[in-house]
Amino acid sequence: MHSFSPPSRRSFGLRLLSGDTPGHPVASFLMAVLVFVLAFAPLLFAGTRAVATAARVAIFVVLAASYDLLLGYTGIVSFAHTLFFGLGAYGVAIALAGSGPSWSALFVGSAAGIGFAALLGIGIALLSLRVRAIFFSMITLAVASVGQVLASQLHDITGGEDGLTFSVPPLLSPSFHPFTEPVLGVRIDGRLNTYYLIFVVSLVLFLLLLRLVNSPFGRVLRAIRENEFRAEALGYRVVVYRSLASAIAAAMAAIAGTLMALLLRYNGPATTLSFSIMIDILLMVVIGGMGTLYGPAIGAALMVLAQYYLEPALQFLAELTAPFPLLSAVFQPDRWLLWLGFLFMLVVMYFPAGIVGSLRARGLYSQTR
Amino acid sequence: MGDRIFASAKSEKARSGLAASAERNAPALLATDGLSIRFGGHAAVDGVSCRFPPGTLTAIVGPNGAGKTTYFNLISGQLRASSGEVWLNGERITHLPPSARARRGIGRAFQLTNLFPNLSVLENVRLAIQARSKPGFSLLRLADDATEILEQAFAVLGRVHLENRANIAAAALSHGDQRKLEVAILLAMQPRIFMFDEPTAGMSVDEVPVLLDLIEAIKAERQHTILLVEHKMDVVRRLADRIVVLHQGRLVAEGDPASVVNLPIVREAYLGRSALS
Repeated sequence: MHSFSPPSRRSFGLRLLSGDTPGHPVASFLMAVLVFVLAFAPLLFAGTRAVATAARVAIFVVLAASYDLLLGYTGIVSFAHTLFFGLGAYGVAIALAGSGPSWSALFVGSAAGIGFAALLGIGIALLSLRVRAIFFSMITLAVASVGQVLASQLHDITGGEDGLTFSVPPLLSPSFHPFTEPVLGVRIDGRLNTYYLIFVVSLVLFLLLLRLVNSPFGRVLRAIRENEFRAEALGYRVVVYRSLASAIAAAMAAIAGTLMALLLRYNGPATTLSFSIMIDILLMVVIGGMGTLYGPAIGAALMVLAQYYLEPALQFLAELTAPFPLLSAVFQPDRWLLWLGFLFMLVVMYFPAGIVGSLRARGLYSQTR
Repeated sequence: MGDRIFASAKSEKARSGLAASAERNAPALLATDGLSIRFGGHAAVDGVSCRFPPGTLTAIVGPNGAGKTTYFNLISGQLRASSGEVWLNGERITHLPPSARARRGIGRAFQLTNLFPNLSVLENVRLAIQARSKPGFSLLRLADDATEILEQAFAVLGRVHLENRANIAAAALSHGDQRKLEVAILLAMQPRIFMFDEPTAGMSVDEVPVLLDLIEAIKAERQHTILLVEHKMDVVRRLADRIVVLHQGRLVAEGDPASVVNLPIVREAYLGRSALS
C-alpha cells in the first residue's frame, strides 16, 4: 500500500535541469535545437545580423523566463518588468558612457542597476499589500510609465530620447582582434566574446531559475499562485515570498538588461523601456506556456525570430507568388504584423495553455507535479 | 453579556476527576476574551469569552448565522477582531496574521474545501509539512531531495487513505476525498490547536466514520486542543468533551454535552422550536 519510494539517484544532466524536463518529446526537441543553435551560432551563421539575433534570443529567454517566475509561478501580474530590464541596461550605459570603457565601470554600473532593480522589485511587491489583482497590475503599469518618463526627461543622466552610446571594455569591443587569422575557421573578436558572455550568462540564469522553481521556495510560490489564503493559513508569510520572488525576477531582468546594453553598445527608452517590449514579454510567456519556464524560452525564440525574419520570409513568398497578384498582395512584406497576429491566433486556438503547457497536458507528463 | 448562561461546569469537573485535574494543572492553551467583530452595525461575533483547555475537544454549535465560522476566523486570524483578545499560551495573538498564528500551532481545516487545486495531493500535504519544517527559504535545494518530508507526507496520506491518489491533482478528487485531504493538510501541520469546521459536511455516509475515527484518534492522544464546529448532533455527542453554544454572535451556554444539550435555550436556538414540541 505504501507507494512511497525514495527518488533514485538522478543523472548529472537531469540534476542540471533540477529534475524538471520539458515534459514532451516535441518540447524537448525544440529546447535541444534552441540550445544547440545558441551554443554554436557564431560557427553556424556567417553574418553578424544572425549572431546578433541569436544573442537577442538568449537575452529574451532570460527576460521571459524571469517574468514567468512572477506570472506563471507566483501569479503576480506585473507590467513593470521592462522597468527592471531598463534599469540594468541604464546602469551599464550610464557607467560606461560616464567613465569610459573599463571593466570596473561595467561591474559597478551593472551592480547598481541590478541592485536598484531588486529593491524596486521588493517595493512593488509590497504594494500588493494595499492593492489587489487588477488594481495592482494598473499600478505596476503606472510605475513603468514613470520610469519611461524619467528616462526620457532626465536628459543629463540618461541621454533623454536619444539614449546613450558608449564603448565597451576592449575585450568585448568589435575592434578587438587578437589574431589576424581565423582560428579553426572562426574569427576571434570582441563580438564573439560578447556573444559567448551573453550566451553563458543566459544559460546559467535559466538553469538557476529552473532550480529555483523546483526548490522548496518554488513550491511555496506555486502554492501562493494556487491559493494565497491557504498558503498563509499554513504558516507561509505570503508577502515575504512574493517580495523575494519579485526581487529575484527583477534582478534577473536587470541582468538581461545589462547584456542587452553590452550587445547594442547603446541604450535608450525605446530599446529597453518601451511598453511594446512588455507586450512582447507577455506574449512570449503566454505563447510558450505560463509556469513551465521552457515555454517562455521557446516563446522568446519564436517571437524574436518572427520579428526578424517574418518580413524577409514574406518578401520571399511575395516574389514567389508574383504571377498571382492577389496572392502576392496577401504576402506583402509590409503586412508582417498582420501575419504575426494571425500566427498568435493559431497558437492560442490550438495551444490554449501555451505550446509547452498544452504539449505537457497532452503527453506523458502529469501537469500536477 | 447579561443573557449568557453558564451551564454547571463545576458539577462536571467533580464528575470527571481526571479531566478536571488536567484542566487545573495545565494553563488554558487557547482563550478568547470579549472577542467581537462588527461588520457595519452588525456584530457577527459579540463579546465571546471562552477558554479551550488542552487535551479537550470543544464542539461549537449554534444555528446557521450564529457566528461559528466567524469566531473560527477570528481565532485563526483570517479576520481581525474589532475588540477583545485572543490568547495562546499566555501570548496575545489578536493582531497576528494567520501565518504567524499557524506557526504558533493553530491549525485549521476549512468548511469550504480550501486546497491548492492544481497541485497534486502529495504536494498539498508536502507544503503543509514544509511550512513547519522551515526549508521554505532554501532556494537552491531540490524539493524532491527532501525525502524525509516525502515520507512524512505519505504517512499522513495513509492516515486518511489517500496514499494511492498522491499524484493526481487535488481538483480531480471527489468531494469526500477533498474533505479528507483538507484534514490531511491539518494533520500534516502538526498543530497544537486543531480547528475543524464542519469536517463531515457533504461527505457520503460511508466516508464519515473514517474522519470521525481520525478526530477521535487525535483526541485520544490528549495532547491537543480540538475545536469542532459541527451540525450533526450525533457527531457532537460522540466526540465532544464540552459544548459551547453560540447564538446571534453571543456565547449563550457552555458545559458538558449532557447538560448543555438539554438547556431550553439550546434546544430552541440550536435545534429549532420544533425540537421542543
